[in-house]
Amino acid sequence: MRVLASFVCGLIFGAGLLISGMTDPQKVLGFLDLFGAWDATLAFVMAGAVAVAATGFAIARQRTAPAFSARFLWPDRNDIDAPLVGGAVLFGIGWGLAGICPGPALVNLAGLSLPIVVFVVAMLAGMIGQNLFGKNPWRRRTLAASAVDTASLPSRADG
Amino acid sequence: MHDFTPLSGLAGGALIGLAAALLMLLTGRIAGVTGIVGGLLQPDTADRAWRIAFIAGLIAAPLIAALFGAPLPRPAMNASLVVIAIAGLLVGFGTRMGNGCTSGHGVCGFARLSSRSIVATFIFMTAAIITVAIVRHGIGG
Repeated sequence: MRVLASFVCGLIFGAGLLISGMTDPQKVLGFLDLFGAWDATLAFVMAGAVAVAATGFAIARQRTAPAFSARFLWPDRNDIDAPLVGGAVLFGIGWGLAGICPGPALVNLAGLSLPIVVFVVAMLAGMIGQNLFGKNPWRRRTLAASAVDTASLPSRADG
Repeated sequence: MHDFTPLSGLAGGALIGLAAALLMLLTGRIAGVTGIVGGLLQPDTADRAWRIAFIAGLIAAPLIAALFGAPLPRPAMNASLVVIAIAGLLVGFGTRMGNGCTSGHGVCGFARLSSRSIVATFIFMTAAIITVAIVRHGIGG
């Protein structure tokens, strides 16, 4: 059930990205282009998404456990550290160059166009590279944590 | 060419939020694409099945839409393949380093009022806006 639920959630998420227009890099770049013909659509996408997600999360907070798992895995970190800031800067530059972020990249993969395939392969390489590069010190912490509770701890995490 | 579409934006956004809400209520997980994909690329991740299922759902969405006559997404991209590859590397590396992207930090983080996610979102938005200003309008905007 957990796997089926995840698939359906991915499906709904993908449909939302398609309907909102966020799978179109030109539309995303239109929002990021404050000094050109600015398209404010992305702000409406964010507003709709955050409002509904916040409502669902509020309901979840009142429950003791999710339907198909042992417990809720809420991110527990609140610190603003250098990897958070540096990672966000690098991600922002990449997002601004291509107009694609991870979710829309995967949805677009269905079309198998060359630029998207190149983007996704590079993105996965970047993630693997970071996994290797990030071996110390927080990856050690992750390993220590997963030794305690391998199955249910989030591996690293905000999202 | 690309018009302002607030209603489809709001509707699509609501679906994205619904997916995030359902994933938490049903499986107890945050719908962060970076975390879900990145976890699969780590050798010590035990819970692979639901991650693969979520990603399969993302890729299946346009395929199912195609059954109803929608075109498969083949977006026009202006950047050269080299720039696209560099962008992909930066997106992959950066989102893992910063523990999240537009979904994990932007949607779920804002919905939880996480200070970490709000800061991250503000920073990647600003970096992206500056990048677009430089690429489209020359250095200095």
